[in-house]
Amino acid sequence: MTVTSHDTGPGAGPGAGKARSSLLYDPKVRALFFQGLVLVSVVVIGWIIIQNTVTNMAAAGLASGFGFLETTAGFGVTWTLIPYSEESSYGYAFVVALLNTLLVSAIGIVLTTLLGFFIGIMRLSKNWLVARMAWVYIETLRNIPLLLQIFFWYFAVLRNLPSPRDSFVIPFGLGVINIRGLYLPSPTMEPGFSLIPIGFVLGLIGAYGLRRWSKRRQARTGQQFPDVLAGLGLIIGLPVLAALAAGVPFTWSYPELRGFNFVGGFSVIPEFVALLLALTLYTAAFIAEIVRAGIQAVSHGQTEAAHSLGLSHSKTLRLVVVPQALRVIVPPLISQYLNLFKNSSLAAAIAYPELMLIFGGVVLNQTGQAIEVLAIVMAVYLTISLLISLVMNIYNRSIMLVER
Amino acid sequence: MKSLKYLVAGAATAILAFTGVASAATLDDVRAKGHVQCGVSQGLPGFSNPDENNNWSGIDVDLCRAVAAAIFDDPNAVRFTPLSAKERFTALQSGEVDILSRNTTWTQSRDTQLGLDFVGVNYYDGQGFMVRKDLGVTSAFELDGASVCTNLGTTTELNMADFFRANNMAYTPVLFEKADEVVAAYDAGRCDAYTTDRSGLAAQRIKLSNPDDHVVLPEIISKEPLGPVVRHGDNQWGDIVRWTLYAMIEAEELGVTSDNVGAMMSSDNPNIKRLLGSEGALGENLGLTNDWAARIILHVGNYGESYEANVGPATTLGLERGANALWSSGGLMYAMPMR
Repeated sequence: MTVTSHDTGPGAGPGAGKARSSLLYDPKVRALFFQGLVLVSVVVIGWIIIQNTVTNMAAAGLASGFGFLETTAGFGVTWTLIPYSEESSYGYAFVVALLNTLLVSAIGIVLTTLLGFFIGIMRLSKNWLVARMAWVYIETLRNIPLLLQIFFWYFAVLRNLPSPRDSFVIPFGLGVINIRGLYLPSPTMEPGFSLIPIGFVLGLIGAYGLRRWSKRRQARTGQQFPDVLAGLGLIIGLPVLAALAAGVPFTWSYPELRGFNFVGGFSVIPEFVALLLALTLYTAAFIAEIVRAGIQAVSHGQTEAAHSLGLSHSKTLRLVVVPQALRVIVPPLISQYLNLFKNSSLAAAIAYPELMLIFGGVVLNQTGQAIEVLAIVMAVYLTISLLISLVMNIYNRSIMLVER
Repeated sequence: MKSLKYLVAGAATAILAFTGVASAATLDDVRAKGHVQCGVSQGLPGFSNPDENNNWSGIDVDLCRAVAAAIFDDPNAVRFTPLSAKERFTALQSGEVDILSRNTTWTQSRDTQLGLDFVGVNYYDGQGFMVRKDLGVTSAFELDGASVCTNLGTTTELNMADFFRANNMAYTPVLFEKADEVVAAYDAGRCDAYTTDRSGLAAQRIKLSNPDDHVVLPEIISKEPLGPVVRHGDNQWGDIVRWTLYAMIEAEELGVTSDNVGAMMSSDNPNIKRLLGSEGALGENLGLTNDWAARIILHVGNYGESYEANVGPATTLGLERGANALWSSGGLMYAMPMR
């Protein structure tokens, strides 16, 4: 509520006199006064709520405070990114759960972006069949509630996979699939392994330098250099060279059936797959529409101009249309990323051990400290959503039209 | 479906934030609204389970009906709120239910930290494991490396972790919020074993596609005293629920049943006279009428009747009395003296 003041109005000029009454009638002062009043009342009401809650909790014999975070958790978690045991604390269980939430969200955001752009461009194809297929995909998936889609993948699709003893074997010894999940071979590090990630980082730096150099050269001489291919060569080639130089410093660990299930290798649980599939496919339908809208927002004259300059269709799309479309696409895209992240909490309905299931579910129930636990969960979702917005807004600013 | 959970948690927060806690005078509130609000499970045959007409039955349900009979002389003056393991305590804390009668294990931390009071035990249980027969497993000690399905946020979950840790065995817990989801996951083969209280295993086994393909392993890995819970701080209400349970147990001990309670009114046994209210003032002491226990026995029956009708050997659960026999028959069921 900003009120513009009349600096040159009657009573404000020098020698107008009656300073006290003019202060009362000054819109600026009054605006400040009322804003101050609102602020004070918000603070006071908030303080009353907190005091009342604390008093009532004490009266009801409810434990309060955040000391419980250091207590031993005592429960197991299905699938963790970092080592976790029953002797870990509730606070550590929180970190474990948060990482699982971030993992599925991060992979989901990358996959859904790729799929969304792909479907969105398909939707605009001049090929009738391709465009129709994209249309059916979008209209089907974005009109079915997400929770239903999670249940569909989990209960209807993945539940029909065979038991561990009748596992479906992927050819060439690449792994097995059964109702407990997907089991793949994983490399076991041996001495000299660290050369490989070093090679990868050097490849990244090299590719970045190469791209800058080729851009400058193109600006200076007009000559093009295949920087994308050469860069990829560096990123892949250097780690491979490093591996060969170190004498292939890893062995493959293959999953084998031992006792109840496959042991060894790398495994993905079906709950993760179901959640990731549902989140990705659902959000991609929305992103596809955003991409379509963004591309259609670019004036057709731009395409015609590019074509008349002799640019191929794919180059027109990549160099002329998409960069302009991004300015329209990115702001609503941020919302979709936030939705995907927040929707990951629906995994509490299946057994994927994320924040809402482990912390908002198990820990809340084992400790009974509903208010503290829910406050932490809300604060985490808020913080991470704001972080995603921040990063995307920085990106948005970098691609915004630079006005000269 | 999930909204109830948020609603309950939200309601708890809102009630704690804006109002005084409904601590005192639950009895007055119950009388004013004309029914007892009873928190039960979402469907566990033998304990609390709705039929197709939404009539609830089970030994946990009988306790709530007994309280209603004692207050209103009407065992149907009860409304049931189905609660998941995760929702149950919040629902009681926030005043959404007056009694939580939902196969809930009495533990020290729950009794002291959650603003709740456990008032007694209506079923002594222990945790067990169920597996598919064709796995060839005959003991819980052979479960090293198994995936185990169970409900999240329960003592079951913690006992399972303790059991595998204590015996140096690896396991993968697969946690669901609703019992039905656990059963469905186990039935589909997502887990090798299903763990919960043995009474629960007996009850859930009926829901499996092929109950005979499954076997409950012999080991009992924990003590699970299950009983009704009330809010901390309203001692009168706690007394009513506690002595309702005791009245049912005492009636069995004295041989008073729903069939003979009328005839027993003229008994010369002073214990029976006090229980049925023709002597002394036990009912008035609770803030009720002196025939409170007679009403309970007439409408609901004694503890033994409730047990036999809901979980006993003649039912589909087929659970022997075991630890739940009267103390006089070598069991643990023991009512404090009614005098």
